Amino acid sequence: MAYAHTIEHAEIVHRCFRCGYCKFPEDYVDFNCPSYKAFGWDTYSPGGRMWLIRAWLNDEIKASPHFAEILYSCAACDNCKNQCVFPKFKDFLPEIFQETKVELVNEGRIPPGVRDYLKAIATNGNPYKLPQAERGKWAEGTRLEPYTNQEYLFYVGCVGSYDEVGQKMARSVGRLLVNAGVSAGFLGSAETCDGNEVRILGEMGLFTQLVGDNIEKFKERGVKQIITLDPHALNVFKKEYPKLGGTFKVFHYTEILAGLIKEKKLALSDYPAKVTYHDPCYLGRHNQIYGPPREILKAIPGVELVEMRRNALNAFCCGGGGGNFFTDILGAGEDSAGRVRVREARDTGARIVAVACPSCAKMLSDAVKTEGLEDTLEVLGIAEIIEMARAK
Amino acid sequence: MSDILKALIEIVGERGVSNTPEELWFYSRDPGVLTPHLPDYVVAPKTTEDVQKIVQLANREKIPIVPMGNGMSLAGLVIPLKGGIVLDMKRMDKILEVNQMARYAVVEGGTSQGVLKAYLQDHYPQLRHSIPDAPPTTTIAANMALHGQGRLTQQYGFNTDMVTGLEVVLPTGEICRIGSPSLGPYWFSKGPTLPDLSGLFLGWLGTTGVITKIGLRLYPNKKIRDVELFVTDRVDLIPDMLYRLTHLEILEDVNVWFQPKPLMFQDNFHITLYFTGDAEEEIAFKRKMIWDTLQPYMDSKDGGFMSVQYMKPMLMEMPQRGIADFADVPKGGGFEYSGPITIIEHYPQYAAKVVELAAKYDVLYASSARLISGGHCMMFSISFAFNRNDPAMMERVKHALDEATAFALEMGGIPWKPNFMEQKMTMAKMDKNALKLLQMIKKNLDPQGIMNPGNWEVN
Amino acid sequence: MYTLKFKENVCAACPSADCLLKCQYMSFAGHDEAHGEMMKIVRGEESRVLQDCATCYACEEYCKRGNHPFYLISERREEKGMFTAPRPITNQWINMTRMQGKYMVGQVKDKALSCCLIPDLGILGTGEIFRDVTPAAAFGAEFMCPAVHTHFARMSVVKERLPLVIENFQKLGAKEVICLHDECYGTFTAIASAYGIDVPFKPVYYMDFLLERMKELKDRIKPLGIKAAYQRPCSNRLIPDKYPLVKEILDLIGVELPDREYQGENCLCCGEILRSVSGYKLADDVQERNLNDMVQTGAEYCVFNCPACQSSLSEKVAKKNLKPVHIIDLCKMAIGEKEREVR
Repeated sequence: MAYAHTIEHAEIVHRCFRCGYCKFPEDYVDFNCPSYKAFGWDTYSPGGRMWLIRAWLNDEIKASPHFAEILYSCAACDNCKNQCVFPKFKDFLPEIFQETKVELVNEGRIPPGVRDYLKAIATNGNPYKLPQAERGKWAEGTRLEPYTNQEYLFYVGCVGSYDEVGQKMARSVGRLLVNAGVSAGFLGSAETCDGNEVRILGEMGLFTQLVGDNIEKFKERGVKQIITLDPHALNVFKKEYPKLGGTFKVFHYTEILAGLIKEKKLALSDYPAKVTYHDPCYLGRHNQIYGPPREILKAIPGVELVEMRRNALNAFCCGGGGGNFFTDILGAGEDSAGRVRVREARDTGARIVAVACPSCAKMLSDAVKTEGLEDTLEVLGIAEIIEMARAK
Repeated sequence: MSDILKALIEIVGERGVSNTPEELWFYSRDPGVLTPHLPDYVVAPKTTEDVQKIVQLANREKIPIVPMGNGMSLAGLVIPLKGGIVLDMKRMDKILEVNQMARYAVVEGGTSQGVLKAYLQDHYPQLRHSIPDAPPTTTIAANMALHGQGRLTQQYGFNTDMVTGLEVVLPTGEICRIGSPSLGPYWFSKGPTLPDLSGLFLGWLGTTGVITKIGLRLYPNKKIRDVELFVTDRVDLIPDMLYRLTHLEILEDVNVWFQPKPLMFQDNFHITLYFTGDAEEEIAFKRKMIWDTLQPYMDSKDGGFMSVQYMKPMLMEMPQRGIADFADVPKGGGFEYSGPITIIEHYPQYAAKVVELAAKYDVLYASSARLISGGHCMMFSISFAFNRNDPAMMERVKHALDEATAFALEMGGIPWKPNFMEQKMTMAKMDKNALKLLQMIKKNLDPQGIMNPGNWEVN
Repeated sequence: MYTLKFKENVCAACPSADCLLKCQYMSFAGHDEAHGEMMKIVRGEESRVLQDCATCYACEEYCKRGNHPFYLISERREEKGMFTAPRPITNQWINMTRMQGKYMVGQVKDKALSCCLIPDLGILGTGEIFRDVTPAAAFGAEFMCPAVHTHFARMSVVKERLPLVIENFQKLGAKEVICLHDECYGTFTAIASAYGIDVPFKPVYYMDFLLERMKELKDRIKPLGIKAAYQRPCSNRLIPDKYPLVKEILDLIGVELPDREYQGENCLCCGEILRSVSGYKLADDVQERNLNDMVQTGAEYCVFNCPACQSSLSEKVAKKNLKPVHIIDLCKMAIGEKEREVR
């Protein structure tokens, strides 16, 4: 059957039965699709998107602003791909959403927030429209050196570089790397956006350019191994960069810190606290890294790790993925992902929500405020928690 | 903006109404083969009062209302045949109460099967409900609106037999409590010993009101659940096998199925037997009783138990995730089935019909029957898969299903969740006075004819 | 069609009649009765053996005169249109093992690693031990030895499919086929020879391969220091000369095999086929005796050779507090490739 429009995986789109398993985690405890949870229309669920994409391919509906909103509200959390009951095509669901966004970009039919984000990246190399010179400011006082052929490049990313919450996380990691004697350096003002969100938002031209520039930059400097602060960067470095000629050994900072703790290069003192851990989608579901952050928390004497009802493969997204961190299409309503997630964290009785991603840190910190939970819950990066345990 | 849209926004807020082409397109169809029809609005209430106000507005303006759960009947029962409002009930999804001692739960009209299952597992692990094998997103109220079945139907009857009370918004807007909750705070009986008014709503496909709350029986969740799989190539012996098995009164669920693919299932009929217990000894004893019951067929070499080791995880799932996968056999995203309720004696004739229809219309088949109430009757599914991108195949499936329904009616069976065409076929065959009564009830309850019009519609 | 080379005169002159006298599932008053029944079978007459044989393969091992009592029983049963297991079960096996072109083959040069139609074998045949042959794995009905149909007295299926399987391996260019399942090795050697089917490659029994590899990896072996009970599979009865390899391998990795009643020629069936052929009562009884015997040895592990036995008994063994493990996994544990706690 010939469609009026086309995307790479068009031949799969009609195979969705829209049965709705994709909305749920493995055990159906609550809806696990952030956009369906927030908006409540079936159109905002993965199955709904599949069906609408088919309608659009068929020219039965137009690429309207509402259609674009439905697509761009997807948090790219990968829950659907893991829960879809059709083994033969489930892996392509996120691809199909992404490919459709590519077409929306090509046709210039993207939401204003997306347009602004892409424009800022193209112009400033970061979505905050802040000067490149300020990119390395976060590192002040960490004693971390600029990258000059050390063993690892510590890649911080846009959120870690410019956002206050992200900077705090980045500084903690930086200090710990220095303290543990890890040979690592950062790029500072030479660092540019990794492109993960640009890709997911569908701007493939800009994405290719960013990746090309980054690969060239990394290669010029002799980078072989990268530690990322941001799981989004980890994801794109691991999965997309090799396709464009950039193969590096990539680690998330929690993997490195867990190793340092095991090797006793980071001494830990008693830190009595009940902590719950929020799995970032790009660390967990996208890259199956569930263990190291938990190993770190369990290694801290006095920390009691309690799991949220939905965790690991079934963790509920913070709502910041798929560019939503910047575009805010999911919004901050009662059923927005961040707010739902912090309520789930509160239900564990934990005092601290440990996070391993600067976007999650920011999203959940904001949600804690909106929910009025400031006196009950504190959102802290894994490295920040380690530092607290070391300060005693 | 139209006045109706304004009025709807007033009731449910902006996020509760949509008339954008995207939502209208999506809510105009279901995954089956029936032709879509666009609604004018999609509305998502959050409370009974919201529903009441929407119904009152619809009544005033004579706008059709189609209550919808997850829209997975596959029979087009939520396609707004005459436009109007599709009422997406899924935002009314609270679990309001579980009475552990009286073994019942009260849920809202949009609560899904999956969420109740998870909730009971977390909070009342000793209790369970009769979960269907439909996807977990399907709602409890919708299942009741079409006389659904579930995992406990073999033991306790249709899921509607397990209802313990209702709250309904009548087509004229009154909020009405049915059964014990009409007299007090407890939801333990839908009718008896009162005249059973629940029959005015259960199984009516949303044509007599909107179910906003529902009480349902919960049952003991045994510590151990096990399964055996008996196979035979003698379809003529199946009724007798089932008769003997149900005599045992120890089976949780019994499904009889056959399908041509994969090859290991070719030419055989499979009887899946579930049983439960609280101790290993109980399980061992029940297994022995089951084996002994079917021993004569093993002696005659007509049937035997197959090893379930590799299939066990799949068989034990509730709901069975693999069932939806049938839709992808023709790489095409769809299947639909006719599921007449019939007597077990007729199993061989129905089985032959499935194969005949599949050959006649050149479509892929699968069939699974579930015993109801210890074998008083069964649901016999005649399923055909189709490729959504192949309109001709969809048309063939439609014809095959129509013929299946005609066959079921000839055989004295009752169509389950009939689509509007099958309802017409059913009404044409129905006792005339029964049909008149049905019409009287509908007219009295819904004088404007706004509730899911086109369904159970006389003339 | 190939025919069974059964030496009737050898059987007629048999002084022992061990094939039936030693049978664990049927009783005979003495040599004369047992021999008499076997001769009825030879002559194609009715015999209670044709009704009662549980298809354990043991008579193939008990006969020391190079004859094939079990294949003959199966031939006769089929000739008479008999079914050992229920008809739908028999046909299910025939259907599910039919060649459909859904096979998986790696890079085969001189050697192929046969994984039969058993997915578990693909996983077992990996790691350092199989380093050189893992890439040459062949899996699928096209490479499945059809011996299982002897249980169901469908020798016609064996005779029809075995030459095709052999041809398929030949097409891969394999000069050696390492068989990860006793049944495959037994088929390419014992059954093929009994029917005069030519096998143009060298079948290699995986335990021979395993023993050689473990000797090569001797430096890496850390003796496990455990006691185990071994579940000998029916298909090992086809190749009894290979039975001693188990002990040799286990000795090498520090696994003690305490004597037990149901070992060697007296080993008991895992029960899976018995359940189909003779009913649950016999199967349950056999499993119970077998498992209790294992427990009495004080074994910590139950070692499997056949994945079908493992699948049939794992859960039951675990309930008796024995850890179920395949002999290959034990070897992997010994060289530190696998954690000790299995399943």
